[in-house]
Amino acid sequence: MAPMTDIKPGFRDPVLDSQATFRAVLDAMARPGRLRTLALLEDPPAPLAPATAAVCLALVDQDTPLWIAPDLRSQAAETFMKFHCGCPIVDDRAKAAFAIASAAKLPSLGGFAIGDDAYPETSTTVIVQTVGLAAGDGLTLSGPGIEDTHRLAVSGLRSGVWREWMENGVLFPCGIDLILVDGATLAALPRTTTVTEA
Amino acid sequence: MYVAVKGGEKAIANSQKLLAEERRGNPKVPELSLDQIREQMSLAVDRVMTEGSLYDPELAALAIKQARGDLQEAIFLLRAYRTTLPRFGDGEPIDTAEMNVRRRISATYKDLPGGQVLGPSFDYTHRLLDFALAAGDNRPAAEIAEAPVEGGMPRVTEILNYEGLIETEQPDHPNAPVVDLTRNSPRYPAERAARLQNLARGDEGFLLALGYSTQRGYGNNHPFAGEIRMGEVAVEFAPEELGFPIEIGEITVTECQMINQFKGSATQPPQFTQGYGLTFGHCERKAMSMALVDRALRAREFDEHIDAPAQDEEFVMAHSDNVEASGFVQHLKLPHYVDFQAELVTVRALRKAFEQRAEDSDTVSDAAE
Amino acid sequence: MADVIDHPSRTAAAETRAATGYNFAYLDEQTKRMIRRAILKGVAVPGYQVPFGSREMPLPYGWGTGGIQVTAAVIGPDDTLKVIDQGADDTTNAVNIRSFFAKTAGVATTEKTVEASVIQTRHRIPETPLSEDQILVYQVPIPEPLRWLEPRETETRKMHALEEYGAMHVSLYEDIAKYGRITKSYNYPVKVNGRYVMSPSPIPKFDNPKMDRMPALQLFGAGREKRIYAVPPYTRVKSLDFEDHPFTIETWDQCCALCGAGDSYLDEVVTDDKGGKMYVCSDSDYCEQRREAGHVGDGGDPAYAARNQIPAGDAPAGDEPAGDEPAGDKQ
Repeated sequence: MAPMTDIKPGFRDPVLDSQATFRAVLDAMARPGRLRTLALLEDPPAPLAPATAAVCLALVDQDTPLWIAPDLRSQAAETFMKFHCGCPIVDDRAKAAFAIASAAKLPSLGGFAIGDDAYPETSTTVIVQTVGLAAGDGLTLSGPGIEDTHRLAVSGLRSGVWREWMENGVLFPCGIDLILVDGATLAALPRTTTVTEA
Repeated sequence: MYVAVKGGEKAIANSQKLLAEERRGNPKVPELSLDQIREQMSLAVDRVMTEGSLYDPELAALAIKQARGDLQEAIFLLRAYRTTLPRFGDGEPIDTAEMNVRRRISATYKDLPGGQVLGPSFDYTHRLLDFALAAGDNRPAAEIAEAPVEGGMPRVTEILNYEGLIETEQPDHPNAPVVDLTRNSPRYPAERAARLQNLARGDEGFLLALGYSTQRGYGNNHPFAGEIRMGEVAVEFAPEELGFPIEIGEITVTECQMINQFKGSATQPPQFTQGYGLTFGHCERKAMSMALVDRALRAREFDEHIDAPAQDEEFVMAHSDNVEASGFVQHLKLPHYVDFQAELVTVRALRKAFEQRAEDSDTVSDAAE
Repeated sequence: MADVIDHPSRTAAAETRAATGYNFAYLDEQTKRMIRRAILKGVAVPGYQVPFGSREMPLPYGWGTGGIQVTAAVIGPDDTLKVIDQGADDTTNAVNIRSFFAKTAGVATTEKTVEASVIQTRHRIPETPLSEDQILVYQVPIPEPLRWLEPRETETRKMHALEEYGAMHVSLYEDIAKYGRITKSYNYPVKVNGRYVMSPSPIPKFDNPKMDRMPALQLFGAGREKRIYAVPPYTRVKSLDFEDHPFTIETWDQCCALCGAGDSYLDEVVTDDKGGKMYVCSDSDYCEQRREAGHVGDGGDPAYAARNQIPAGDAPAGDEPAGDEPAGDKQ
């Protein structure tokens, strides 16, 4: 394990910062595509974005195996997660409760845990680090949590993701859920959200 | 004119004051100390610790005092406190073969290595009210034996196992994490470890009735009390930083191993099977009931016909917990007038339709005449 | 545009933690994380009951422990909490739960629906329409809508997984065959987003239409049964019915005797033992808001209304409840 000084700090107030982060994620998950910004973590371990690290601090612990994509799995990131979250870090993304991946190298969505019909909650929540999120433009979203439709532009994604997302939607009630991250900003797409490309 | 009732907070505060007054009773009578409860109501303390899932005689005594002697309420108090405690890890399995035995009896052998140790028990008393006790307890202490009870007494099951006559108890998944129903919601079908945890926390009265029902033919499984033992065992814990277990204390437990005949199956030879019961402190009735129900719940494992309540895993596990049961039964005291109003509207409408139908049929029969 | 969360004033929260010796909002952080994860999955699978490791709370099971755990996991120092039981803020259960959070979380509390950011409820949905900025937390005794047809969890879980809801429809139709109508008056089952049949908790069916496409997030907590479920905002919630027997809700010929409201759920108040009764709003805040705005009822006495020239719209008089009427376009 790296010396203590090499570990990036967690939340200033673990109790209230976790609560604020959870509420941002809850709001994002309940209103797919809505952007929320969390100014709670200034110095995340590279190459993780502040929102990625904050979501993990708020939700990941010894009960939730975490998978980190190879291009993001730095020593700093791994140490941070082990020290602050105490979570097991797994090599098989089908065994992960949470996963972190970059938009450009997002592995095929079908390889994560999708849960089963009796227990659909046992699927992976995938945190995707994008290079830009913007509302009012780009993809058209609809489904539970959205009054009519919502627009969201996601930058930096590899091609083919939204076709796989459609396949993910067909699996309902199984399927993964996405948390899209851009710096300190996040948006979420639960498995129920229908995405139409412009 | 009608004014909506207000002032709930004040009424609640007053109710709490009255409760405190009733708890104390006549102030001229000396107040109970926790020491007195712990020492003189020790079986109540043991039951509260067992069903409260927390070994702490001092806190159990406090709970009993606070609950005015209502043991289910005391169990609830202890459980609610237990929830808030931080967890450092799982202890090592206790070894009851290494128990410092204070009582040990077997119904299956007249004599056995280590002997029958009667210990403190109501079993050999005449149930006559002892009026002398009312005047004060001045009995001399029990005499000290010339030799201490043998240590490391073998269990009856080990004696039977020597001949291969009884199933050996092995965990299903020795390296899997310990099941904990207080941290995770139960999944059915449940594994035996989860069932045993549920039974250990289960209401003594409920288990007693279920165990009794198996003796009367509802899931009959021919039990023998192989062994009941009570005494002190060491508790060990292996801290992560040490890497080996250290003894952190001693607890009193009661263990019961029931032995049941099993005719064998295509893959297993005929042999004896076990039902297991374990409690904190001295709770013999509970340990025996638990062992009977444990064996009954193993029906699926032995391919036995499941037709009795005690064999029905979901039924037993979902209804054994008296904190859950007591809360839900008593929640009927909460206001339900909104739902009752909805029922009133429905019943009145149904009656109106009923009367309408009666009127219509009258009209029809009048017309026919 | 993004909403920025900054550091709120946290003095009150810190002081509360120091004073009570318990964590903010009572639960430890590991428990909150577990509940929060269950809530998020509940939102992602609308109407599905997520099992969770329900904790023993200092209030009895059946008295709102599920709702309390959900509220404790959700609530923060910037929230304003409202707690109602039977629609009222001053019923004993509501008073107890409100003071529990005031004590353990130091949060602001209110009796006004519009001021609350989190509303915990037992048996009612407020009459005042809820907004996007609000979360409604329901206390749920029996989360399984199929429980009365099939007591076994192993079976009901299969029925949900396979979307096998035939038995539920049969049971409702048996009612129609026998009584000419569906006799279920509360805890009336709904279908969420066209997939899961869900218990709305024991709210009167009068409240069911309010759940449909509600702008607020709806969370459900069942402590004893160890289940959490959710309905995201603007999600379709349809009360089960049949083409020839559409879903209906309760109506009354009377208006509230205090505020004259003709559109609210009414409690029947018995005034003597000779059949005397009057009707008042079950939602105490709604009633009070209306009275503050100058609305008056007939005080249970139609003659009073006539004497005081109360406008007819405010206080029409009548005898018996009118029974059910079609719930309208919403369903």
